[in-house]
Amino acid sequence: MKNIIIALKIFLLMTVITGLIYPLAITGYAQLFFPNKANGSMLFIHNKIVGSELIGQQFTKPEYFWGRPSAIGNNPMPSGGSNLNPVGDTLKDQILARADTIRKYHGNISINSIPKDLLFASGSGVDPHISPETAFFQVERITKYRHLSLEQKNKLNKLIQTLIEPPDFNIFGEYRINVLKLNLQLDGI
Amino acid sequence: MNWVDYLQVLVFLVALIALTKPIGLIMFKIFDRKANTGLIGKIENLIYKLIGINPDTSMNWKRYLISLLIFNCIGFGFVFLIQLIQSYLPMNPQHLSNVEPTLAFNTAISFMTNTDWQSYAGETTLSYFVQMLGLTVQNFLSAATGIAVFLALTRGIKNKMNDKLGNFWVDITRSTLFILLPLSVILAIVLVSQGVVQNFNQYTEITTLEGIKQIIPSGTAASQIAIKQLGTNGGGFFNANSAFPFENPTPFSNFLQVLSILLIPSALTYTYGKIVGSTKQGWVIFSVMLTILVIGLSISLFSEYSMNHSIGIAGNMEGKETRFGITNSVIWSTSTTAASNGSVNAMHESLMPLSSMVAMLNIMLGEIVFGGVGSGMYGILNFVILTVFIVGLMIGRTPEYLGKKIQAKEIQMAILAILAPSLVILVFTAISVLLPQGTSSIYEKGAHGFSEVLYAFTSAAGNNGSAFAGLNANTPFYNIMLGIGMLIGRFAVIIPVMVIAGSLSIKNITPISQGTFKTDGGLFGFLLFSIILIVGALTFLPALSLGPIVEQLLMLK
Repeated sequence: MKNIIIALKIFLLMTVITGLIYPLAITGYAQLFFPNKANGSMLFIHNKIVGSELIGQQFTKPEYFWGRPSAIGNNPMPSGGSNLNPVGDTLKDQILARADTIRKYHGNISINSIPKDLLFASGSGVDPHISPETAFFQVERITKYRHLSLEQKNKLNKLIQTLIEPPDFNIFGEYRINVLKLNLQLDGI
Repeated sequence: MNWVDYLQVLVFLVALIALTKPIGLIMFKIFDRKANTGLIGKIENLIYKLIGINPDTSMNWKRYLISLLIFNCIGFGFVFLIQLIQSYLPMNPQHLSNVEPTLAFNTAISFMTNTDWQSYAGETTLSYFVQMLGLTVQNFLSAATGIAVFLALTRGIKNKMNDKLGNFWVDITRSTLFILLPLSVILAIVLVSQGVVQNFNQYTEITTLEGIKQIIPSGTAASQIAIKQLGTNGGGFFNANSAFPFENPTPFSNFLQVLSILLIPSALTYTYGKIVGSTKQGWVIFSVMLTILVIGLSISLFSEYSMNHSIGIAGNMEGKETRFGITNSVIWSTSTTAASNGSVNAMHESLMPLSSMVAMLNIMLGEIVFGGVGSGMYGILNFVILTVFIVGLMIGRTPEYLGKKIQAKEIQMAILAILAPSLVILVFTAISVLLPQGTSSIYEKGAHGFSEVLYAFTSAAGNNGSAFAGLNANTPFYNIMLGIGMLIGRFAVIIPVMVIAGSLSIKNITPISQGTFKTDGGLFGFLLFSIILIVGALTFLPALSLGPIVEQLLMLK
């Protein structure tokens, strides 16, 4: 019995320390020093939230850059991947279908000429990035569907260049481009 | 793979090796200290005063174990209860409803046992109140429990004919206050700077550029994720776990998190060496763990980068995030299953057959390739005892480990601790694939569907928590079966280990002689390595043949 009371007391104290004081202290710190990041890295235009820099949006129109395919339609309630067997038939069918959609806009190219980012669904379902190659791959299509002039097309290529994020500390991770940021600036070209 | 990929693997391994000694030394000093000063020391002493214990009193193995069990029961009861009534509790801006009882049962066991298997999706199921006061707390306490059992066992090995294994309350308090909490604060602070969210906001509904509604979840993620990695827990704040950008926004946050997964289990090998008085003993164990990790990592990298003959594309990006790429996803999938962490930054169900086999085998070996915080060390010490015993049989001497005679009781208990989780994996999987309640949850067909079930019980029994997430595990059948599996996986190891600790503790220490088999050299390391693999392979090869192995063969056909 004495043991149970000790256990209850220490459980209560630990709950207060690790379940209340600790998360509240981190919240205070985060809200003080990194308010935008702590609240979801929202992007604003004219004081209106247009989305989160970290949460990829669905782009299906040919005049926007497309991001990674999503098993959840980019609506993270809840988040997740396709959970399909990579050597199974369902995924194979999905990938062939995606390739067909892409060929409609990019001509009859082999599957290995299509960037992998546009064929394979992401893990989170809201991957905000694509590789630089995947962005450059889409420039022709966007030029066509937005009726961009040669000058504007050059501007677009430059825009992609400026938005490339290198690996962190030039070691960790991959070269990448934020699709939402790119598309927001694309509208301004 | 290009040179940058190799460099990333190298940086990760070097960082892990380099941190093992300093962190291990700090932990040794913390555990070794008699009285504490400084601010945390004052808080520690205040806690002892408030709960009314004398920190200098020591427990025998039974009292230690009973305290542990009571403490864990309370933890379970609390998390179970607050889920059932979360809609009446504060910090629930999304007005999430009360959790269904079998799911609440599963989740409470899951977090108490350091498994963090998730049959639920965080953002649509649990309030901030439950995530913080229920889950975050268990993230700390289940890890502290693991460290406590490890400490009790080391004291049993060190003691000379007495039964004093230390004080459970002191061990969990000290582990939490001096190790887990400070490291978590540091990690959480850095994670916030990378973009991990930390707030009490309502979810944000936005209209995308193309005019579709999107709901963006929120919450106190950073504080929970820090301890989720450091405590080898692995339970995600959001459903996609560390693949979700709010949980793991940058490659740098990814590096810190994956390093944190292995940090304490790895450092504890050094701490162990210091405690038993020979750091070589610790390094031998570390080397065996690292060897198995690197072998698994190599196979997985090879498998993920090689040709997927089913679709004719080399390099598998399904279920992976662009910012991490294949290399960082594979470093993670290998580490999180080697350690009993179970968080994911890529979807394991979409791993190629061989890398999914490595993930499963890592867990099946008993979560001793670094393993869980504390539990990895006491787990591998069971294998050490087994190895010493087998060597003793071969050379015809009474087996000894660090001067302690290894006798029938220790062997029986070590075997029990090794076989109990294996039994759960094989028997529970067999039951589930025979019953309609089991098969109706399967998502992918064929061998892959079998792998889903096998992975689920492997994950539960190994207290890992990662999943082939296609399996619909949120059914009463799986919630209860997996819950029981997690309980067996946790306590059918802890209880035998505590018996071993008690039994070794009261033995005399035989002085080292010419005939003593040395356990601090390469020969012993090799034997330990072999025995781990032989036991693992003999137990699980048939089951793996029905899953990933047959898939690999079918793909190559």
